[in-house]
Amino acid sequence: MRHLLSTQDLSLANTIRILDTAEEMAAVGEREVKKLPALRGRTVVNLFFEDSTRTRISFEAAAKRLSADVINFSAKGSSVSKGESLKDTAQTLEAMSADAVVIRHWASGAPAQLATSGWIDAAVINAGDGTHEHPTQALLDAFTMRRHLARLNGTDSTGSNLSGLRVAIAGDVLHSRVARSNVWLLQTLGAEVTLVAPPTLLPVGVEHWPCAVSYDLDSVLESGVDAIMVLRVQAERMNASFFPSTREYSRRWGLDDARLARLDTLGMKDTIIMHPGPMNRGLEISSAAADSSRSTVLAQVRNGVSVRMAVLYLLLSGDLRDPVARLQSPSISVDNLPNTRADETGVNAR
Amino acid sequence: MTAQKTAGQAGPEATARYLIRGASPLGKARTDLLVQDGRIVEIGSGLSAASATVIDADGLIALPGMVDPHTHLREPGREDAETVETGSRAAALGGYTAVHAMANSSPVADTAGVVEQVFSLGRDAGWVDVRPVGAVTVGLAGKQLAELGAMADSRARVRIFSDDGICVSDPVLMRRALEYVKAFDGVIAQHAQEPRLTEGAQMNEGKVSAVLGLAGWPAVAEESIIARDVLLAQHVDSRLHICHVSTAGSVELIRWAKARGIKVTAEVTPHHLWLTEELVRSYDPVYKVNPPLRAEEDVAALRAALADGTIDVIGTDHAPHPSEAKDCEWAQAAMGMTGLETALSVVQHTMIESGLMDWEGFARVTSAAPARIGRLAGHGRPLAVGEPANLVLVDPAARWQVDLRTMATKGRNSPFSGRVLPGAVVATFYRGHPTVLDGKLNTPSRQSGPRGTEGER
Repeated sequence: MRHLLSTQDLSLANTIRILDTAEEMAAVGEREVKKLPALRGRTVVNLFFEDSTRTRISFEAAAKRLSADVINFSAKGSSVSKGESLKDTAQTLEAMSADAVVIRHWASGAPAQLATSGWIDAAVINAGDGTHEHPTQALLDAFTMRRHLARLNGTDSTGSNLSGLRVAIAGDVLHSRVARSNVWLLQTLGAEVTLVAPPTLLPVGVEHWPCAVSYDLDSVLESGVDAIMVLRVQAERMNASFFPSTREYSRRWGLDDARLARLDTLGMKDTIIMHPGPMNRGLEISSAAADSSRSTVLAQVRNGVSVRMAVLYLLLSGDLRDPVARLQSPSISVDNLPNTRADETGVNAR
Repeated sequence: MTAQKTAGQAGPEATARYLIRGASPLGKARTDLLVQDGRIVEIGSGLSAASATVIDADGLIALPGMVDPHTHLREPGREDAETVETGSRAAALGGYTAVHAMANSSPVADTAGVVEQVFSLGRDAGWVDVRPVGAVTVGLAGKQLAELGAMADSRARVRIFSDDGICVSDPVLMRRALEYVKAFDGVIAQHAQEPRLTEGAQMNEGKVSAVLGLAGWPAVAEESIIARDVLLAQHVDSRLHICHVSTAGSVELIRWAKARGIKVTAEVTPHHLWLTEELVRSYDPVYKVNPPLRAEEDVAALRAALADGTIDVIGTDHAPHPSEAKDCEWAQAAMGMTGLETALSVVQHTMIESGLMDWEGFARVTSAAPARIGRLAGHGRPLAVGEPANLVLVDPAARWQVDLRTMATKGRNSPFSGRVLPGAVVATFYRGHPTVLDGKLNTPSRQSGPRGTEGER
């Protein structure tokens, strides 16, 4: 595997490997010196055709903790906004010897095109493309759920999957790349997913997805959930007849104070509340829900850095090439991460 | 392509007398055809070759020259994408002797002046008859009827009117257009696409679009317009032609309308007879087209409909684009595929080699029916003595690999690139002159004298 474009083509073995590596990366984040020399001399480009401060700084922190050189290339204020094509931009980055390109793009499929077009030789990491996928978000969500499950079971999360975990994903599934990536990844990890949304915000064809679908959040909660993932409602959907009003949306599909309280009365004391951010407080999620002890919103942000470190490290070290063999191999030790002579002498090993 | 079939030495200086030896008209019994002065003058076995250029057509099928009801030649305005010259060369190589050039040029072909310009460019090129399609509305804007009568009366003799690329969505305007063109036996060719249902649409709406996160182009957006328009055509007793039908539901509606005696004809593209939305998973914009590639069951319904006559004609919707229009993000890429040079082979593969149709049926859907819809005299005629010598010789046993670099069209956006296709055009005779010989371009037909009345019946 040279690129991370989608969770749909991510095997269970590679998924577990990324999550396990992220655990080791997380340990680095708890040290006083939060830095590894693993990617010294390698160049990671954050190519953002769409604003996303949160995802960009997460990738930037991840790359820097691995000692990579980071170039941030934002569509705003660059030649991209003057009509430079994706092709020309890619070729420019190729000429600058980028080792990895982290791409966020408003167009579904742009990362796949970058990876397969021959315009560039770098590893391509999809940091969110249109309404298609956002694989590192799903990985950090899975990482968060896996840790939660391990804590409840008093076991080690390393090596484990999400078998039997009941996950509800509520909100605008139609336009959500987070939902798509999560559906595939959670299915791979063995979780049971239920999508909850107004019928207008579910794609035609969702019946082919490996998950359940409901229009009724209350009945889904009553049937029992271990994690509720709330999706952001984009402002531009609000005036396009997807739902009559934001208040009606909140009443029927929002995780409001009443539903938060319902989790307690239903006895679901361990159910967590997730949100990829940024949140519309009072719309899809109430402040009480967002700030409750169930909320993993900040843990998700923290875990995002670890997961992205793992993805960058594994892709650039080529360690995702052979999933079957790798599953058997011992997990890497943080203290023994590659620290090659080329790195030490500052020569680009590329 | 096959290079060994032609024995004759026909060049620009050759005699205008050609003996086609041993061809199988419509795939039937072998015979000789003698072509002279633009007509088929004799048919039979063992015809004399005296003073004629002999073309060895052993193993070749003779077909009436193909007529494309739906081509984008891009000129005037987008000569970087295609010109009448390059597009009509591609047409000749593909076995065509007449093409209808869609109106979405720049300026739009919505006046007698522009249609006469396109007509003249076609005549000057001399590879095929270029028959302009006139816009239904001024500037394709869907607000006001263009001067349909002036275009009909012009030297271009326009009979097909279309805002192709854009649906005539206003029901009143569509009704008026259908009614008005009856005055000169015209037909409205509708691009059936309900605009509100397809805002920002990128691909067929269904299980693949759900996964890819591309905005859906639902079948109902095509079918609802067809349902409305066949009823309008019935109400005002007018001729209606449906461009590039792409869904199984559309087929059902057209079948219903025809059963009721409504004067509707329908067209399908070669690519919709073969390719499906599964190809979009690559996000390769070469597969972006309007209407979009649909599902396997739609492809099956379209093939069956073409075979049983519910769909009348093959229209290529040949839509060349410069490379930068496809070398970009899917959402930004232009819609359309080239088709003139692959149409025959794709129809052979999908319809003939699948056993759904014979070569007689092929001649019906690629020649006779489109010529009749366009009221195009001199084309789509039987291969018979006295008829105009617009004909094609096809080697059905040939196999060739689609190579974008060798195509005559400027467009490099063929979805069949790299595929091995059956059947090759060996020769095309346009008005008795071989525009294609040995599978290669020969010379254009340079005829003198006024030629402004081809469209008259």
